[in-house]
Amino acid sequence: MKILKQIWNMISIPLVAVILAVFIGTIIIFISGSSPIQAYYGMLRGSLGGLDSITRTLEKATPLIFSGLAVAIGFKAGLFNIGAQGQLLFGAITSAAVGFMIKGLPWFIHAPLALLAGGLAGALYGAIPGILKTTTGAHEVITTIMLNYVAINFTDYLADGPWKDRSLSNVVARTPEIELSAKIGTIGPIPIGFIIAVIAGVIIWWLLWRTTWGYQIRTVGLNPNAARYAGMRVSMVVILTMVFSGLLAGLGGAVETQGVVGRYQPGFNVGLGFDGITVALLGKTHPLGAIPAAVLLGAIKAGSSEMQFESGIAKEITDVIQALILFFIAADMIVRWIIRRRVEEGAEKVVLSTGWGKH
Amino acid sequence: MINRIKLSKILNLTTIAAAVALIIVIFSYSRDAMVTQAVLNSMIRQSTPLILGALCGLMCERSGIINIGIEGQMLLSAFTGFIISATTGNLVLAVISSILTGAVLGLLLAFMSINLKLDQIIGGTVINIFALGITGYFYSQTLVAKTKLSPIPLEPLTQIPLIGPVLFNNPPITYTAILLVFVIQYMLFYTKWGLRIRAVGEHPRAADTLGVNVNKTRYISTIVGGAIAGLAGGFLTLEAVGSFERAMTNGRGFVALAVMIFGKWTPLGAWGASLLFGLASAVQTQLQFGGRLLIPHQFIGMLPYVLTIIVLAGFVGRARPPAAEGKPYEKE
Repeated sequence: MKILKQIWNMISIPLVAVILAVFIGTIIIFISGSSPIQAYYGMLRGSLGGLDSITRTLEKATPLIFSGLAVAIGFKAGLFNIGAQGQLLFGAITSAAVGFMIKGLPWFIHAPLALLAGGLAGALYGAIPGILKTTTGAHEVITTIMLNYVAINFTDYLADGPWKDRSLSNVVARTPEIELSAKIGTIGPIPIGFIIAVIAGVIIWWLLWRTTWGYQIRTVGLNPNAARYAGMRVSMVVILTMVFSGLLAGLGGAVETQGVVGRYQPGFNVGLGFDGITVALLGKTHPLGAIPAAVLLGAIKAGSSEMQFESGIAKEITDVIQALILFFIAADMIVRWIIRRRVEEGAEKVVLSTGWGKH
Repeated sequence: MINRIKLSKILNLTTIAAAVALIIVIFSYSRDAMVTQAVLNSMIRQSTPLILGALCGLMCERSGIINIGIEGQMLLSAFTGFIISATTGNLVLAVISSILTGAVLGLLLAFMSINLKLDQIIGGTVINIFALGITGYFYSQTLVAKTKLSPIPLEPLTQIPLIGPVLFNNPPITYTAILLVFVIQYMLFYTKWGLRIRAVGEHPRAADTLGVNVNKTRYISTIVGGAIAGLAGGFLTLEAVGSFERAMTNGRGFVALAVMIFGKWTPLGAWGASLLFGLASAVQTQLQFGGRLLIPHQFIGMLPYVLTIIVLAGFVGRARPPAAEGKPYEKE
């Protein structure tokens, strides 16, 4: 009984938030003149209606787990990394470059190499806002958003310039297809990328709660002044957290390139980084919470194409539902009032809006 | 002694930058009047949404509410303005609906920050994602607007060389933006209302003790700020482009925050900063179309964002934001 209660305590707020969001989404679909029942039927079929659909759901969930972890680890240190999108793009294009430029490697070297290169690119790009924050005090929310736009432009340039697919049949901006040895496949219906993502989630959990370094991250997130007083090097922790966050986002991009797209093409990875914010908050900024949250969002995404096909409702309704989920999660006071629950004592609360000044 | 202090105040970086820009403008006007005027016109066009966004940001922040949702407020207002314009053909109604949309989103931000005590940065992010989703969902390419706001020349003034056609031959929202700079500057620093707003943003407890209703003041400031962001959205669809595209705000809401910081949370300073940003993008567009620059267009596209980062990194440490920013106020 006690375990059941604990589980309920853990999932009740996200669950009610999702139900409320879907309810309002239903009203919006109804207002715009379509049938909600048809819409949800299509969505269910597209996400869970068969092995293919389940594979697609997990495929969609994979980069979201990574970007969700990226945002969540930032939150733990009191950092809001909205730049997961940009870091993910750099990860995606770098792994594509390693994937198509290097030839003749066996798969067990080539695929991990491309993955690692993608993660590294994301990590380096994530370091920039961390360094800017600690040295100049520039708030990471704005710098990471600006770096997203820089990343979009820069990867566009690479895919349309030096790394463009020069084969005769191609006219659009995209890189050549990666070598077969760099691709990541599936085991049965389960994409290998998904397995890697789950392992990453467990590693991040271990890192945050079982290592000194994780303890430092959490302390800095809860109270940077206390952390400084206790002798922790706050700036170092901030930079390293951003590096890790970028690494995870970069891996997300790399997995998407190697497991799904097969090359880098501008516009194919849009939104994956931003969705990480919803995933992280839906998972209560817990690394293991990010996994079910990402699967739920992945299912909505996978089902949305089928839904559009069956009921003619624009896929963007998923973005609306996602924003509503985010709203109800963030505004948990509304949800708490509905299910009559008080705020737990000693609950870890992330504080982000400390103004534009130093950390 | 007094003179020296004043001199050092005048000779800060912003003024130097403005002076350098002015010299370049005068020089290039003597070389090529046509191009210079085109660049300056484009500067005003580019700066309008930025100054409006920055005014929104500083209205909110002066009262202690961080508004990171300017981008979303602009986007949704741009959308509703466009929809009304396309369906009714009435531009006045369209502008009003833009302003109202912005105000409603301002109300939402205030409600989230004040009543729900939500982290304000997350509150703003909710607005941004919501606006992106809802405009994407209801957007359809079949809708077209037939007209857009056209320039109103203020007759005798347009005859002044260079300045005339640049400043006095603009569409209405551009005029309004410039007017708002002075109105808000006056309001914030020379009226009872402005004093209250600033007090609430700096030291809400003291303001409360003196009988100022902290939360009411914050509500009003944030709603007014939202309305101004709504006007910026209206500018994009009703005055600048004449149509709506997905995610057409393109980060302007965030650049506006940098403009606000660069201008040290004052309307006049922000106006100067927005003109500098506007000039930078105008010059690079001109170079691009003139074919005098052999840099891939993506690098030129990066410029405003890189500039924002530089501004943020270089200035945030020196400028001081309102002290009570981001913290919900609770009565004792």
